Amino acid sequence: MAYLIEGDTGPWEIVVGLEVHAQVVSNAKLFSGAATAFGADPNSQVSFVDAAFPGMLPVINEMCVEQAVRTGLGLKAQINLESVFARKNYFYADLPQGYQISQYEKPLVGEGEVIVDLPDGRSTVVGIERLHVEQDAGKSMHDQHPSKSCIDLNRSGVALMEIVSRPDIRSPDEAGAYLRKLRSILRYLGTCDGNMEEGSMRADVNVSVRKSGEDYRTRCEIKNVNSVRFVMQSIEVEARRQIELYESGGTVLQETRLFDPGKGETRSMRSKEHAHDYRYFPDPDLLPLKLSPDFVAKIKASLPELPDEKKDRFVRDYGLTPYDAGVLVVDRASADFFESVAKGRDSKLAANWVMGDLFGALNSTGKTIDTSPVSAAHLGELIDLITDGTLSGRLAKDVFALMVESGKAPSVLVEEKGLKQVTDTGAIEAVIDQVMAANADKVAEYRSGKDKLFGFFVGQVMKASGGKANPGVVNDLLKSKLAG
Amino acid sequence: MSDVTHLTMTEALALLGKGELTSVDLTKAHLAGMEQARSLNAYITETPEKALAMAGESDKRRKAGQAGLLEGIPLAIKDLFCTEGVQTTAGSHILQGFKPPYESSVTTNLWNQGAVMLGKANLDEFAMGSSNMTSHYGAVKNPWKRKGDERDLVPGGSSGGSAAAVAACLAMGATGTDTGGSIRQPAAFCGIVGIKPTYGRCSRFGIVAFASSLDQAGPMTRTVGDAALMLKAMAGHDPKDSTSAPQPVPDFTKSVGASIKGMKVGVPKEYRPDGLSADIIGAWDKGLAWLKEAGAEIVEVSLPHTKYALATYYIVAPAEASSNLARYDGVRFGLRVPGNSLDEMYMKTRAEGFGREVKRRILIGTYVLSAGYYDAYYAKAQKLRTLIASDFSQAFETADVLLTPTAPTPAFGLGENLDDPITMYLNDVFTIPTSLAGLPGLSLPVGLSSDGLPLGLQLIGRPFDEETVFKAAHVMETAAQFKRWEAR
Repeated sequence: MAYLIEGDTGPWEIVVGLEVHAQVVSNAKLFSGAATAFGADPNSQVSFVDAAFPGMLPVINEMCVEQAVRTGLGLKAQINLESVFARKNYFYADLPQGYQISQYEKPLVGEGEVIVDLPDGRSTVVGIERLHVEQDAGKSMHDQHPSKSCIDLNRSGVALMEIVSRPDIRSPDEAGAYLRKLRSILRYLGTCDGNMEEGSMRADVNVSVRKSGEDYRTRCEIKNVNSVRFVMQSIEVEARRQIELYESGGTVLQETRLFDPGKGETRSMRSKEHAHDYRYFPDPDLLPLKLSPDFVAKIKASLPELPDEKKDRFVRDYGLTPYDAGVLVVDRASADFFESVAKGRDSKLAANWVMGDLFGALNSTGKTIDTSPVSAAHLGELIDLITDGTLSGRLAKDVFALMVESGKAPSVLVEEKGLKQVTDTGAIEAVIDQVMAANADKVAEYRSGKDKLFGFFVGQVMKASGGKANPGVVNDLLKSKLAG
Repeated sequence: MSDVTHLTMTEALALLGKGELTSVDLTKAHLAGMEQARSLNAYITETPEKALAMAGESDKRRKAGQAGLLEGIPLAIKDLFCTEGVQTTAGSHILQGFKPPYESSVTTNLWNQGAVMLGKANLDEFAMGSSNMTSHYGAVKNPWKRKGDERDLVPGGSSGGSAAAVAACLAMGATGTDTGGSIRQPAAFCGIVGIKPTYGRCSRFGIVAFASSLDQAGPMTRTVGDAALMLKAMAGHDPKDSTSAPQPVPDFTKSVGASIKGMKVGVPKEYRPDGLSADIIGAWDKGLAWLKEAGAEIVEVSLPHTKYALATYYIVAPAEASSNLARYDGVRFGLRVPGNSLDEMYMKTRAEGFGREVKRRILIGTYVLSAGYYDAYYAKAQKLRTLIASDFSQAFETADVLLTPTAPTPAFGLGENLDDPITMYLNDVFTIPTSLAGLPGLSLPVGLSSDGLPLGLQLIGRPFDEETVFKAAHVMETAAQFKRWEAR
């Protein structure tokens, strides 16, 4: 079902393209040896190159190039063996050089694609137009002093990948799913940590609307949106603004806008007439970046299994539904966790426990798979205890709750709390005899044809055994005993 | 020995080696000379204390048997090279008082070879100029004067302070930088030797950038032999400069005195424009005759795109400069003129900090890179640059080295040509094509004009073939018997 916004003049389709800025995972900056750790004291990670002192020159960090190539390969994209760094010129206090070193006409990575899984189970493909490498700027802080602004250059010169999608996105949900999928791929590759709240992933959102079958109309760019939720909200809000404009006889002007999540609106930042003329030109301090096919081949050979391939394998090898497999492969740690639980066990049972009880428990305790109180080995053991009949399904839930609380192994907990399921027929028979003796009248009623009372007897026996009796055994024994 | 400041580096090194001279004495003699000749305004900053301390250390090293290539030799450093803890202005008000917390790679190399710093030499602001008149710290005077005429002349530019200091024996040598002729033209105007080596031969790290794809450091000295020696000390691959070439540095001094028998010397026919003075043509013909006499063969070559070189240069260089100079914004170092907003601070700082010529080039550079003009100017200039470079490659299929005049005129008067930037720009018409092609070019004095001023000729070599250039230059130097300024 296409996502359409109903206006006074009929339905409108929305067209979205995303430019994602992803901070490259590397110890040093793109063109200097300064460190890149998040949260350091202001201006403590700044070299003279980052601060653009006279006579300082950029030298490319090979690690950053490798990471960008790895990302390009992960997006199934064309790697350009020759690319060119260009200067994007503009003045701002947190841009020490007066230009950002970026790539313009010849980016490192060309066309690729991302397969996006939608909440309704459909999949769609979002094209990648290009990926280029560039420097981040510093940070301006306007709230530290009544009349002055403060500049922190720690981020100045940090390597970013700008990943530009084609305008293939047609709904806020698709945009959200695209971002999550992209983040998942980057994290699998280890090329960006994807932490939007720390600013290591940000998006510029290009939005336009149109009537079905039309060409693209004018788009607006919403700058620097820093969460998946805000990206989705800003698209909706901006699309509705444009529709209202068109329907009230206005036109949409190409401009840069800002999203205000508090007010739930976008507002104009600068119009096309005031757009910067960036005066891009090849950076004469840097030679064209030339890669050998061998360099790329080596990176390709070292790529990990990516979410799409892993998902296919989970469906194929573990018999999972595509949906379940999709949920499990979102991050590598969950997928690995599932695999070690499922190894040699009933994989559907494993998937149910991981996705249901475990994810639920992590959610409610605010933990992640990496800090999970229940290890994969323990969860596997729990499943073994169910399979071999030691625990009933109900008991297993109780044991699991105790595992979340204590972090102990299920076997230990079963032992400690004496939660072991009773399958010994002698012991169960004794309990049945006891229950039948105490309810002689009901036995008589049952025997005279009121067989609905069977459930009552099961309940009484289970209660008397403290829930530990194996329900299957109870059923069998009760049936024969009641039959007299 | 009358005055040790008149020695060449090679001569001084011999005396230092024999223990007949100390670096401290040599340095003191230069410092005294600098004091006497302050009216030339060759230095922006003199560093006598540092000089004497360095000279003292040098004498100790020499005694300990650890003499470097330039052990104890006092030098002037163009004030475009960052020197740690010593004010580095680039000739601009905007960097007044700026003391870099780091040292340029070229000067580091020189100090590692034992050289001594006398001070920071004057220059055109941000190396933009051909007269040294655009310096915020005042014009430099050429030590030479026209016969019977006491009016002051320019030393050329942008390395005018370096050239004047070396010519007037206020330093045994000096570093220069050359973007379109800034070593070669002042060398010619002051009657000394200057070489712009192949682009990439010397590191640009720590040199205040003018036009990154053209800037190249080189030595300015009184003899070809000294230039070969000093270049050897300055040059070398530097991982801190991505455009520095990973090429071994040959011992250039071995080329000095080598035979040129069979060498093919090319004469570009496009370098004889109508109206070129008889003095220049005469000097050129003389130079060719000397080379022929020494066994070289003279061949005519063609550089058909020469006529576009000046226009190409005045697009490429300002374009890069407009971007390179964006960092002088008053935020982190140098001059800051306060304003009520960030934009106002930028405008006031840059309005006050930059001089007219620098502003003119920033404007030109900004214009040629602007949306809608980029293709017509910058992109076209890049294509022409490729064509100009391929002209040279073709010429070097038949010639080993080219001989041309260095500048179309000898030194002109202080204040002349200022009203018309185009006339000023034409001064570099013979040096600019070489810069655009990244080739080595050396200027050496070969004689005097009819009114008694030095005339320079330029030798142009293949990429990374400074050796052939030095060979031919030394042959010409020997034949010319040019009487230097101090000998008159």
